[in-house]
Amino acid sequence: MQKVLHINADKCTGCLQCEMACSFENYGTFATAKSRIKVFDFHHTGKKVPYTCTQCDEAWCLHACPVEAITVDKATGAKVVNEATCVGCKVCTIACPFGTINYVEATGKVQKCDLCGGEPACADACPTGAITFIDANWTGLGKMAQWADKLGNQPSAV
Amino acid sequence: MAWAGKILRVDLTTGTVKSEPLNMDWARAYLGSRGLGSKYLVEEVDAKTDPLAAANKIIWATGPLTGTMASTGGRYTVITKSPLTGTIACSNSGGYWGAEFKMAGWDMVIFEGKSAKPVYLYVNDDVAELRDASHLWGKSVWETEEMLKKSLQDPLTRVSSIGKAGENGVLYASVVNDLHRAAGRSGVGTVMGSKNLKAIAVRGTKGVGNIRDPKAFMAAVKAGKKVLAENGVTGTGLPAMGTQVLMSVINEVGALPTRNHRDNQFEGAKDIGAEAMAAPRKSDGKKHLVTNQACFGCTIACGRISKMDENHFTIVNKPQYRGANGGLEYEAAWALGAANGVNDLEALQYANMLCNEEGIDPISFGTTIGAVMELYDMGVLTKEQIGIEAPFGSAQALAFLTEETIYGRGFGKEIGQGSKRLTAKYGHPDLSMSSKGQEFPAYDGRAIQGIGLAYATSNRGGCHLRGYTIASEVLGIPVKTDPLEHEGKPDLVKAFQDATAAFDSSGLCIFTTFAWGLQDLAPQMQGACGEQFTIEELALIGERIWNMEREFNNRAGFTAKDDSLPKRLLTEACKTGPAKGKVNMLAEMMPKYYAARGWDAEGRPTAETRKRLSL
Repeated sequence: MQKVLHINADKCTGCLQCEMACSFENYGTFATAKSRIKVFDFHHTGKKVPYTCTQCDEAWCLHACPVEAITVDKATGAKVVNEATCVGCKVCTIACPFGTINYVEATGKVQKCDLCGGEPACADACPTGAITFIDANWTGLGKMAQWADKLGNQPSAV
Repeated sequence: MAWAGKILRVDLTTGTVKSEPLNMDWARAYLGSRGLGSKYLVEEVDAKTDPLAAANKIIWATGPLTGTMASTGGRYTVITKSPLTGTIACSNSGGYWGAEFKMAGWDMVIFEGKSAKPVYLYVNDDVAELRDASHLWGKSVWETEEMLKKSLQDPLTRVSSIGKAGENGVLYASVVNDLHRAAGRSGVGTVMGSKNLKAIAVRGTKGVGNIRDPKAFMAAVKAGKKVLAENGVTGTGLPAMGTQVLMSVINEVGALPTRNHRDNQFEGAKDIGAEAMAAPRKSDGKKHLVTNQACFGCTIACGRISKMDENHFTIVNKPQYRGANGGLEYEAAWALGAANGVNDLEALQYANMLCNEEGIDPISFGTTIGAVMELYDMGVLTKEQIGIEAPFGSAQALAFLTEETIYGRGFGKEIGQGSKRLTAKYGHPDLSMSSKGQEFPAYDGRAIQGIGLAYATSNRGGCHLRGYTIASEVLGIPVKTDPLEHEGKPDLVKAFQDATAAFDSSGLCIFTTFAWGLQDLAPQMQGACGEQFTIEELALIGERIWNMEREFNNRAGFTAKDDSLPKRLLTEACKTGPAKGKVNMLAEMMPKYYAARGWDAEGRPTAETRKRLSL
């Protein structure tokens, strides 16, 4: 079973635990500036939205890479950057429609979410369930259950 | 460890910015944030210094756990000598600024002297420089943040700044970051303004590393988060209802100061608390409350984001206030509402937004309005003097006087001096509901005995956050004590004051202590900083910090007689509710408090106490 990061923005409080967990996992420091998942705070509505790579099946970053530095992790389905191969040309950052692969000045390479090898630290750190790591085929299951509950528990059905 | 190990020193007079190593001996003895910043202040500033003179200094300090994954680890403290009280001032704020500053690689920044023209400090990792702020002077906090982010071409820049109130000398001006998080109390923003310092804009990309034992730290962090999540207050009550959950609770125990403490229960409490915020409005059918919001790293998320009724009289012609905005929190809702008898939730949110927009403390401001309304009621102040009819309960007067105060107009200039100076000027100093010149927050010291003692002995004047005995006396945390009973409260107050000083100085939020004790803080401090930070050591550090602050105040000229409450709390009994007939028993409690502290009859730490605390 393949699993994916699933985001429910309604539950996000903007605490940035995910960003810290990401940077700590990958760099050993708490640095939101280095995180591969970002939380966007829209002040005029009060909405907070975490955003990161969705691991496209047809990954444009992977196809665009001229040196084949981006490969598929067969176990997790993650598109993973091989730093030793990456030449920092940034073509992938242009190819990605969502902006979730980015250049890192300090290393001269690009970085993106690699699902932490199958145990994403962001999902583990999220205190509200806004970020979960769930069955890729059933990301809608939670919503279905909610609506089913509404339907099944009408006063007339009791 | 977990400290960045270096600090910035900015001489505003000469315009120089220097880096210097953090004094690690002091860091181990005073942790960080409140404690460590205060240590630098008391070592470097003469206690008798005029707070608004160039000789005063002002410090932004983070703690060792600021910027880490420890829950609520985003706090910073602004430390200076207060122009409102003349005592040491340390005001704590959340949001994201503190963590950003720490991630830039600094533990604190000390400002000394006074700039000849408006400046702001720009910090981008190792780069730190003073820049011209002429174009920002006269702008609000919100405009300043927006203009800086635009001109720096970096929307991720975090800004800590003052609005017009801090520039205009309102004595309780606050320092505001991230639009609506504030180092609110004691006029730290006034000192910032007196130095022509408008803002600190920070971008930190280095991060916080240097964790002593990362594995142990992360395990302790995870355990701490679990305790918060499973606790009724931090896991359920605060995220859902916010601090406003307290409005009905405190009113029921008869401890909601109303109409300048004339009454102790407010008939309009139900209109201005958490339940009212969550219910559809009569006027437009929409809810006031939009969502909750966390500060950096916080897994509680008590913050409130609300939207006002667009047709409310306060904003009907002001579209800029129609979006989602910060508030209401309990203290502001009480001070702007119950303290003045105003039960118009929308008017309170309007006043609260202006407090954030131009940077003033809603507690001191609201309490001062309460005194103005009482003087109006007595006929001492007239409509002509105030500029509007100002009876208790008038939302129009509240809105008008908020504008007058933040813009420094008319009678607002006098309100900006705080209730102590204002009531003294008009011949009724007893009507200032304050200790050491700082106005009381939202708990009646007659109906809750311990908090009265905490107000009288707080090192920054009237304040609930220096020893929140409400936790024990009302909520039963960690053990329930009787709010009407004064016996045993001196020890309780001391214990809360000392533990709070340790939490404040670690870089975490005091709200964690609804669920955590020092036994939860210690493993996180040990994992991050060093094995010596046991429960006992943290308690000792907290007590050391308390006594250090006290000795600064003593040197500033404060004596035992300043550990007092207004006559009203000592002689005019509560009129209704469970506390009917009660006054605060301060005279009974004070000698026992001094004894518990190891102080002499004048409130000075004895030689033995100083030795025990390594002062």
